[in-house]
Amino acid sequence: MTSLAEKKLPRVSARSGRPAPELIFGDLWEFDPSPETADPKLKTRYDLFIDGQFVAPKLGKYFDSINPASEQKLAEIAQASAADVDAAYQAAKAAYDNVWGKLPGRERAKYLFRIARLLQDRAREFAVAETLDGGKPIKESRDFDVPMAAAHFFYHAGWADKLDYVAPGRKVAPLGVVGQVIPWNFPLLMLAWKLAPALAMGNTVVLKPAETTSITCLKLAEILQDAGLPPGVVNFVTGAGDVGAAVLNHPIPAKIAFTGSTEVGKIIMRSLAGTEKKMTLELGGKAANIVFDDAPLNQAVEGIVNGIFFNQGHVCCAGSRLLVHEPVAEQVLTKLKNRIKVLRVGDPIDKNTDIGAINSKEQLQKITAMVASGVKEGAEMFQPACRLPAKGFYFRPTLFSGVSMSHRIAREEIFGPVLSILTFRTVDEAIERANNTAYGLSAGVWTDKGSRILKMSTELKAGVVWANTYNKFDPASPFGGYKESGFGREGGRQGLLDYCKLS
Amino acid sequence: MSRLPITKTPKVYVGGAFIRSESARVFPLKDAAGDFFANIPQCTRKDLRNAVEAAAKAGFGWAKRTAYNRGQIIYRLGEMIEARAGEMAAALVLGGASKVAAAREVSVTVDRLIYYAGWTDKYEQVLGNVNPVAAPYFNFTVTEPMGIVGVLAPEQSPLLALVSLFAPAITSGNAVVALASTSQPYPAILLGEMLATSDLPGGVVNVLTGFRKEMVPTFAAHRHLRALVGVANADERKALALGAADSMKRLHLLKAEEPIDWLADSVQSLYAVRDTLEFKTTWHPIGA
Repeated sequence: MTSLAEKKLPRVSARSGRPAPELIFGDLWEFDPSPETADPKLKTRYDLFIDGQFVAPKLGKYFDSINPASEQKLAEIAQASAADVDAAYQAAKAAYDNVWGKLPGRERAKYLFRIARLLQDRAREFAVAETLDGGKPIKESRDFDVPMAAAHFFYHAGWADKLDYVAPGRKVAPLGVVGQVIPWNFPLLMLAWKLAPALAMGNTVVLKPAETTSITCLKLAEILQDAGLPPGVVNFVTGAGDVGAAVLNHPIPAKIAFTGSTEVGKIIMRSLAGTEKKMTLELGGKAANIVFDDAPLNQAVEGIVNGIFFNQGHVCCAGSRLLVHEPVAEQVLTKLKNRIKVLRVGDPIDKNTDIGAINSKEQLQKITAMVASGVKEGAEMFQPACRLPAKGFYFRPTLFSGVSMSHRIAREEIFGPVLSILTFRTVDEAIERANNTAYGLSAGVWTDKGSRILKMSTELKAGVVWANTYNKFDPASPFGGYKESGFGREGGRQGLLDYCKLS
Repeated sequence: MSRLPITKTPKVYVGGAFIRSESARVFPLKDAAGDFFANIPQCTRKDLRNAVEAAAKAGFGWAKRTAYNRGQIIYRLGEMIEARAGEMAAALVLGGASKVAAAREVSVTVDRLIYYAGWTDKYEQVLGNVNPVAAPYFNFTVTEPMGIVGVLAPEQSPLLALVSLFAPAITSGNAVVALASTSQPYPAILLGEMLATSDLPGGVVNVLTGFRKEMVPTFAAHRHLRALVGVANADERKALALGAADSMKRLHLLKAEEPIDWLADSVQSLYAVRDTLEFKTTWHPIGA
């Protein structure tokens, strides 16, 4: 294929030679603090949620959940033991056998609709709790996480009495009890998109949230109580990896759904080898975000920023590898640098904050180590000189240019606000580079040409392809990966099929 | 004096060619009466590797064929088997089937191919859809073949089960590397000759013969097999699941412990096609 660069030379403007104009406010304008003040209504201590009740853990142990933005303790969370996990499964099984499995879809639907409505009622409270617990900017938890979580319940509610349309030619039936383990990057949203399809299909659930982000999960338990959801249909057990292992390896669940790293996903596959359990794994990614020279560049720069800095880059589908068409590479890099200079990094609860706190000290250390490897391997690093709060876990938005495919920062998932920039000359090279990874979760394409969007989307080995946008989600839109990004889909009609058996 | 007949040297069909095992090993096959019939290639890990390479070369073009074209080619494979039904039935009788049962197995095999030939240009219409997202995007979910699929045929129904397992995979454009029945390999060898005359591009379906015990671990370990379908016993299922974890292979294994009626219509399904598909969702902007 001929180089696109040969066909279309970059326009020489009257400005060439002069630096592009920048809007750098520096210290001229300071934003006043603008904290979101809604009351998150936190309890000082959260127990396990089993059989419709909050119950103390059998061993009586609790651990602290801290605010990563300030390192202050938010609440005590129950430390579940294997006996607690077993109690949760027994409750889920009884609820499936006696109540939920027999309930008509029409009635299951009403419970899910109720949950959606009650969550909408308390949206601001949940958004503040989510931000305090996880460190994500309040504008994201307020405008994205919480409304999207409610949307997932609302969407799936409507499926519960229409399951005959899910698999044409076959009858669907629930699997029984499902075990689910979710990560810390979208605590409430991930919970919603795991729970809602499982319940709509008629399964009952034992779910474990991540140890650093259990609070909104346990707050949702209050909503489940208010909604009158029958006891045992949903059970929450909290704790670290050992509790997760107990959830995954318990004999009762007919299916395991896990979202997390590819490394842990492989461990789970091995530990479940030889069992009859079905699996959905939504794992890591190293997505290519591909910018062609005909793309609307200002819009693309906004999309690149959203693609990698959304939720501090703690996103499995983050656009962490930017592939830029050579003719516009320099221009894009300049625009990107100017853009990230004005990103506001700081207190997540402030409504003006663009990049909040890194979720935990461990994650901050991982990001720091990966960035050090990028510098060591010879990529060129750029970080804006923004001030970071003295306490809490923060990391500056980081760009690496001059990255080659062999660099660790181009191959391994960083799960932080770090963008690796590579270039390409032809469409074929872009496809080849984008697909040259063990992952296959998502990809982005920026071009003005509709036919090229469809060509790229056909060739890219990824479960989700965003064109002239990035990090868009919808309960109707199936999400999930190719290759080592896992298997199964979540959302849409395809996602429902992963929670049923066919006959 | 009667003429001494020319016997055929059984070779496996890999990459569109008829080959002996790379290992130069064979094992003797006896007929139902216990008399020597022929030497069968005892394929090994290296043969699997070569077959996967052939499948990788052929698979890309096969997936790019139009659905209509794939349908005609799979139909053509049905024609080729129908035309040599007597010969294929004799191959099944060799393994111990009665004449009636053998004839039935061949005719159902042909019907099964015709069933899947008809699906090539329809499964997408049933499995994919447009998603009504709450934003100005044309959001659609379409399917794509996974790539190279490993097929583990059971010992019984050596023709029908093998075809029932690989047909849904090639329907959507996957390439296949299959392991034939160890105890009754000859129908699969003969099937290779029919595949070769069916217009199916060489390398799209590759059929290996050999010892199941040796081959199952190599199928489990090969990283370029994106999915494994077939029939396996409990130990094999565990070994395959452990191997699959290294490269996140998709597994769709039926239990060897449970009887499977391969003659029944219920074993053919749109959802067998779905088992070797990936789903891809695209957000295409709407606007000027």
